[in-house]
Amino acid sequence: MQMIRDNNWVLSVGTFLPMLGVIALLVTPKANEAAIKMVALLTSVATVIIGIFTLVNFDFDQAGAMQFVAQTDWIPVIKSTYFIGVDGISLPLYLLSMVVTLLVVIYSLDHIPSPGNPKAFFILMLILQTGMAGTFIAQDLILFFVFFELVLLPMYFMIGVWGGEQRQYASLKFFLYTMFGSALMLVAFLAIFFKTGAESFAIPYLVENGGGIAKNVQVWIFAGMFIGFAVKVPMFPFHTWLPDAHTQAPTQGSVILAAILLKLGTYGFVRIAIPTLPDAAIEWAPWIGGLAVVGIIYGAFGCLAQTDMKRLIAFSSVAHMGFVMLGISTLTSFGVNAAVFGMVAHGLITGMLFFIAGSVKERYHTLEIAKLGGMLTQVPRLGWILGLCSMASLGLPGLAGFWGEFPAILSAYNPADGLNVSVYRTYMVIAALGTVFAAAYLLWLYQRTAFGTPKGHDHHDVHDVTTYEWVAWLPLLVAIVAFGVVPNLLFGVIDPAVQETLRAFGG
Amino acid sequence: MVDFVWLVPFLPLIGGVVLMVFGSRIGEPRAGWLATLVTATSFLVTVAVYFDLLGMPSEERSHVVTLFQWIPVGALQIDFALLADPLSITMALFVTGIGSLIHLYAIGYMHGDPKFSKFFLYLNLFVFSMLMLVLGENLLVTFLGWEGVGACSYFLISFWHTRNSAAVAGKKAFVTNRIGDWGVMTAMFVAFSAVGSVSYKAINDAAHEGAMSQTAISAIAILLFVGACGKSAQLPLYFWLPDAMEGPTPVSALIHAATMVTAGVFLMTRVGPVLAESYGWVPDTIAIVGAATALFAASIAVAQHDIKRVLAYSTVSQLGFMFLAIGSGAYVAAIFHMVTHAFFKALLFLGSGSVIHGMHHEQDMRKMGALRTAMPVTAFTFIIGWLAIAGVPPFAGFWSKDEILLYVYADNRLLYAIGMLAALLTAYYMTRQVIMVFFGEARWHDAASEHGAHGDFRPHESPKVMLIPLMVLAVLSVVGGAMQLPFSKDLHFLEHWLEPVVEEAERSISGTWAYDNKYVLLLAAIVVAAAGIALALAVYARRRLPAIEPKALENAWWYDATVARLVGGPGAATFRGITRFDSQVVDGAVNGAAALARGVGSQVRRSQSGFVRAYAVILSLGTVVLLAWFVWRGWLAS
Repeated sequence: MQMIRDNNWVLSVGTFLPMLGVIALLVTPKANEAAIKMVALLTSVATVIIGIFTLVNFDFDQAGAMQFVAQTDWIPVIKSTYFIGVDGISLPLYLLSMVVTLLVVIYSLDHIPSPGNPKAFFILMLILQTGMAGTFIAQDLILFFVFFELVLLPMYFMIGVWGGEQRQYASLKFFLYTMFGSALMLVAFLAIFFKTGAESFAIPYLVENGGGIAKNVQVWIFAGMFIGFAVKVPMFPFHTWLPDAHTQAPTQGSVILAAILLKLGTYGFVRIAIPTLPDAAIEWAPWIGGLAVVGIIYGAFGCLAQTDMKRLIAFSSVAHMGFVMLGISTLTSFGVNAAVFGMVAHGLITGMLFFIAGSVKERYHTLEIAKLGGMLTQVPRLGWILGLCSMASLGLPGLAGFWGEFPAILSAYNPADGLNVSVYRTYMVIAALGTVFAAAYLLWLYQRTAFGTPKGHDHHDVHDVTTYEWVAWLPLLVAIVAFGVVPNLLFGVIDPAVQETLRAFGG
Repeated sequence: MVDFVWLVPFLPLIGGVVLMVFGSRIGEPRAGWLATLVTATSFLVTVAVYFDLLGMPSEERSHVVTLFQWIPVGALQIDFALLADPLSITMALFVTGIGSLIHLYAIGYMHGDPKFSKFFLYLNLFVFSMLMLVLGENLLVTFLGWEGVGACSYFLISFWHTRNSAAVAGKKAFVTNRIGDWGVMTAMFVAFSAVGSVSYKAINDAAHEGAMSQTAISAIAILLFVGACGKSAQLPLYFWLPDAMEGPTPVSALIHAATMVTAGVFLMTRVGPVLAESYGWVPDTIAIVGAATALFAASIAVAQHDIKRVLAYSTVSQLGFMFLAIGSGAYVAAIFHMVTHAFFKALLFLGSGSVIHGMHHEQDMRKMGALRTAMPVTAFTFIIGWLAIAGVPPFAGFWSKDEILLYVYADNRLLYAIGMLAALLTAYYMTRQVIMVFFGEARWHDAASEHGAHGDFRPHESPKVMLIPLMVLAVLSVVGGAMQLPFSKDLHFLEHWLEPVVEEAERSISGTWAYDNKYVLLLAAIVVAAAGIALALAVYARRRLPAIEPKALENAWWYDATVARLVGGPGAATFRGITRFDSQVVDGAVNGAAALARGVGSQVRRSQSGFVRAYAVILSLGTVVLLAWFVWRGWLAS
């Protein structure tokens, strides 16, 4: 793989800048809320500026190459290096994590969840940002693992402290479940390290040499990674932490969880598991595809029986991530392109839906679907935004969600060589049916919440979209439309990197 | 001019965007005028493109205008491109033309509605989507429009969403359509892997030249037909359309009669060569479904009391005729009937809207009657629409329906008989409607108390802005047949115009008995129409015969209710079952594992009792066991 080392300070600064903000926050007195908010805001704005600088200096003609590469010794005794870089697959996700964090910070200026304490809240959020961004740029397995785990703790506290009534249960479940997956993942990382001659943890090195491992060993190593990543995605049947975590998490936590954290798992498949263990990937792919398709239908059916708006959106993530995993499991460039697009689209759309759910909760003090109604009458703009996002989520062409789903299903028609075509065509037919159910549950939700007449919430809490909300949401809404109309904005960046990643499968 | 064809969809899009941003500031009535103006301008551009194409030799009348590269991912290269050819321009002409008239009408109809500008926003977006659908160069651009019209239709059906029935109807329409869209999507996948492209030209050429297997061809054809069944409300997916009448009447006229519901017929015509090359059972299926739907829906229409529901079932039935034509290889006739139907059905819907408007939102025909004196213009134009749909010469509907039946006769006489029966019922239920609404005794005096707020209740004629579209459509319903008169080849204007598009698929019937005796069939059609009208007169005007309106027909053969019961009963039970399974089995396993770990932990913890004597006992026991093991091994080895 080609490495471009220009401007190699950029990624480190972009990733660790939030930690500077954390230090600044630590020395800011707790009582001075305005200063705390200002520090958090400035830090995330500065991070996004670095992100824009990264975007501008990214060489789009070589989106398949690793860029801004930096590599220095880190823990020589285990041959792990500080090795970072971005290509066309990482870049959109890396930037998405920065932008989403900024928008969440903006939203939080006006919406600190109970029990307050913005200082701790913003500190956790900024640590989270470093962990997320770091995961997307790490090119060394140990470094990846450290960032991957760094994310866990702030989210645990975010849910456990600022969450709903059952926050203890939900946060512990989230933490333990993910830890369980991570443990197996770490074993797999060590196994691949030793099986490739204990030379290096660098991903490019492992991609070069991983294919040399005997197939039956590869299959076992893949199993470890599979558990680790599948829990994070989450794939059926490892998904049950998700509805609980989402339902209990504060709005900000839900948004970050949906928009970024879930992508760490799918990204792990694309960046690590599949390219380093190509033979095992072929063996595992039909099972992954099968679980993905089950997830699509299962998630949709689950949605149709939910009574809580937030839980419904959480369940829909199971279905949507099913499309992403189906695309990945085809091991074709279409499929993986669709998957990466789907990750970004799902991040934008479901992130937005959780924002809306948070605002609904704030206004109506409930998310029980039966107690909502008439939003279009009472808060028309909020209702309208919910309508747009529902349409995007159900995969309406012209909005971003479509380009994650459609090519993913299409790719199942002709999976990579070595995969059973008739199995995948069955997947295709079932997955396409999933779009019908997606329409059913989203429009059911919309009918029950936005249509109809308001159900006696006449107090002053019920107001339409505020300025803070507009500022936090508008970028997401614009992106949903822009990527929907001109999907090439993303595909153009992703495609070369995907071709590079899938070289072992003949493109 | 043809290079500017992108302006045709672009203008309504601009209108929609302007209304989205500034709609509430523009307000009533200017929002309506703006929307009407952009649609009318779009119509003028289409007319210009039409004349441009007309000036070219017929084999050159197909122009692709590529706007930008849409998705260039690996082998999947799809352009955002428009196709201007006789078929798409025909569609665009009546979409923008009738669209403008309905926009104009809606300015009057929606007067005073608090969401006035939002209504026109959706209408403009609808016209944009519909134009993308018909002008698309490939299946994906069409699909963009296809889903777009679905979404606009959803928001417009549920426009008065505080009414529960309207809120439910929108969802029902969209979800049912999605079942059809599954077919379109899957068809695209098959086409892409068989041909490597989703462009119509590539697919049609591959089918025509035998470059793909007949199985693939048939799969594409039948899957697209599944999509067409959804969008064009054919059996078994028809049942969303009658409920869609919950939307404001201009919506019913524009979307659920004249334009969107004909998208399936358009799509079938677009891929005519694929249909022509598929296995024989594919066109047969289409013809059978069309004929069955035509008769089924017509039978329901005879027992409906809601003025708009009669027209809705009538639309389903007329669309059935169009699919019957497609299945019989009569593409020109299908398009011909689509256009004339757009004229007279839009007229009838707008007329019914005028009645509803004048009756202060009363839709039950049993509470109408004798309205011809109160609303003379509406009555006069409605009667023209009635004559057109009933198949009375020389009105437009007569010629197009006759053309279809001519081809069907040549193809299959049983289907012809079904078609004739449906035509008889059409004349019957439309006559019934006209009598119940405009003639007989005035039954609205009884209903006046329900509208007590108005004091002395008097139905009134609608404002000019609503009547002008009625008059224009009435004229078109009279003369529309002139596009394609059967008397001489020289009078087949539409056929000549569409020839480059349909020549590969269109069935030739010259030489058949039907063709040689077409005047006999023409006469038979007149007799059938007359019989239907006479029968209805005898029942509803003269009261010589009792009205036959059994419950089975009034409730649409309980089809809808059965579907609803299935979804609400076993369907909902499945969804709840899955949720229970999820929390008890899948999550139960997770919590079970956690409980197990905790249980084992607490048992193991007991050994850490802190009693030194207990530790000593365990220690010595362990030593004994270890020693015993070593001794045992040594004994084995020796």
